[in-house]
Amino acid sequence: MSAIIVAILVVPLATSLVCLKAAARVSRMLSLTSSGATFALALALVTSRQPTAAVAGWLRVDALSVVFLVAVTFLYVATTVFAVGYVRPGASPAALRYSRRFFAGLNLFAWSMTMATIVNGLALLWVAVEVTTIVSALLVAIDDTDGAAEAAWKYVLIASMGLGIALLATVVMYYAGSTVLGGSYELSYPRLLGAAAHFPHQIVRLSFGLAVLGYGTKMGLVPVHTWLPDAHSEAPTPVSAMLSGSLLTVSFYAILRFYQVTIRAIGPNFPRELLLVFGLASLALAALYLASQRDLKRLLAYSSVEHMGILAIGMSFSAPIAIVGVLLHVLAHAAAKATAFFGAGSVIRKFGTKDIGRIEGGVGALPWSGPMLLLAILALSAMPPFGIFRSEFLIVEGGLSGGGSALPAVLVVFVTLAFGGLSWFASQTMLTPTPDGVVRGEANAWMPASMVIGLVALVVLGVHPPPQLSGLLQRAAAELGAHR
Amino acid sequence: MAAIGASPSTLTDAAEVVALLVLLSEFAMLRSSLSRSQVRLYAFQSLCVAVLAGFVAATRHIGALYALMGLSFVLKVIIVPAIIFRLLRDVRVDVTAGHRLGVASMVMLAIALSVFGIVVVGRLPIHSRSLPILALAIATAVILVAFLLVIVRNDVVSQAVGFFSLENGVSVASLVLAAGLPLIVEVAFLFDLLVAVVVFGVLMRVHHGRARTLSTRGLERLRG
Repeated sequence: MSAIIVAILVVPLATSLVCLKAAARVSRMLSLTSSGATFALALALVTSRQPTAAVAGWLRVDALSVVFLVAVTFLYVATTVFAVGYVRPGASPAALRYSRRFFAGLNLFAWSMTMATIVNGLALLWVAVEVTTIVSALLVAIDDTDGAAEAAWKYVLIASMGLGIALLATVVMYYAGSTVLGGSYELSYPRLLGAAAHFPHQIVRLSFGLAVLGYGTKMGLVPVHTWLPDAHSEAPTPVSAMLSGSLLTVSFYAILRFYQVTIRAIGPNFPRELLLVFGLASLALAALYLASQRDLKRLLAYSSVEHMGILAIGMSFSAPIAIVGVLLHVLAHAAAKATAFFGAGSVIRKFGTKDIGRIEGGVGALPWSGPMLLLAILALSAMPPFGIFRSEFLIVEGGLSGGGSALPAVLVVFVTLAFGGLSWFASQTMLTPTPDGVVRGEANAWMPASMVIGLVALVVLGVHPPPQLSGLLQRAAAELGAHR
Repeated sequence: MAAIGASPSTLTDAAEVVALLVLLSEFAMLRSSLSRSQVRLYAFQSLCVAVLAGFVAATRHIGALYALMGLSFVLKVIIVPAIIFRLLRDVRVDVTAGHRLGVASMVMLAIALSVFGIVVVGRLPIHSRSLPILALAIATAVILVAFLLVIVRNDVVSQAVGFFSLENGVSVASLVLAAGLPLIVEVAFLFDLLVAVVVFGVLMRVHHGRARTLSTRGLERLRG
């Protein structure tokens, strides 16, 4: 098992380095192979019942890591398939340079996110998340337009400031641990969790608050989400898909690691209340903003804020089933949002604009991507038979079984409001008659193929998740203290 | 550390003075109107942080902290300022783009934030054996003023320096709270900072290449 973990660490990194020098064809094939291999390796970890450590304890994989690892590597595969179609092959030196940088960056971005899920300890986790910021900021800027430069600058500055706060949270948690574990220890999860019951309450509370604020900046929680719509709309579409589907959830993973320690130290009340406040603010604001967007990719970006809000609210419900729902939501949202971004990428390329007012007749113009984008939008709005229906159902059920009915009701109202915004967009742009000048057809087979991958995953998650996966989600929920 | 032989209270006083210098240089950065002097102030502030690291290394006998002191000296006092100076030379800009608030109200706000930080931290049940608790309070004030700096200043150099000085504040806090953190982790933090500096540099160049200015006033196309 530890060989698998090391392979997951090495394969994307090596691929990224080779892509810097390789011919365009080679880097495409290599990226496809690397992403497929990494995803297969991640799946091999799904059935492992015990936490596995590697490289002298610096790496460690438990059920919670595997859930996020599967989400990240799945998106790595789907995005690479899309990117092979998205990055135009060209013989010019400029095209080759762009393609090299792009695929090197994409693999490195995927590598940094897998690393965040497999390192053992809060300090290394922070290092990995900071690396994801640095790599993705360069990818946001790669198109070299005014908008991309502006978005990349805001992103790197705001996210880095947030991560500065997250580093402070890590240092404070170290202090809390040092009162029990002595002056010099490494911040590994087993040691922290083992001793957490004796940590000083006030310090842990401070640390968790700082962690939610700091990592919440990268996760896109309102009011510290302001970089998110810009970066998502200005980045190249494959990067947007990865930002939204996996980068945000990796930051959520970081918050969950703090959550794990915090509930053992001070009980679940404080973390739940804090997450509830941020979650409600995110859900409410995003649902309202969704209705007023004119830019297709910003619309999807606000939908991400909405779903991050749902994750935070789900964690605030006490019933174990809500936590299982949250973890399933991580997977389903990754698949749905990436599929929607892929569809948006095809639409933007076809019509040459991101302006919703100027896109008409998407379904007629794009015989495959158009209908699949509609399905992805329905999936994002929690329609059956897709995965998000199941996950949100579990979250609401968990909320109801926890006692109160007001919060689940509020959740349902805002989700419905968000559905209104998304469906308005869908009917305006996709279901209208296609203008005469637009040629019917797909740019290539790769871009729709990536959407098929996403939709198949969504249906599997919605109709009948494999028992191995359900077992994994149960174990991860137990690690998060769901039995308490 | 020449002062090793001195009495503990003198040592603590000296450490508090150095920590105070960290905060004062943050204030000076906040109001400085020349990019170059901002970078110099950052270098000075980093030097103070390195001195504090050496102080903790000597008093607590943590050998790894000497290595950390050396590394952060090389990185934050020499390499980072050199990278920004080079950028400034290439783009031939020296005067910053100013700020959103007047100097007086900016400094008043910074003082209020510092007092807030110091009072709040004073109430926390924290006991450190490495540095006086006042250093943690000062670190908190530095972090808050760094946020103010990033928010009110209108050019990419000030904003980047603001982020780097925020990191200095966190470094001081970690000297107080986490002096025993394993060296490999500290090195990873510093390495991350180095990469971040390079990326900030790249993006500053991208920005200057497109906008022909280091001011961020034009960065308001994306909103809503």
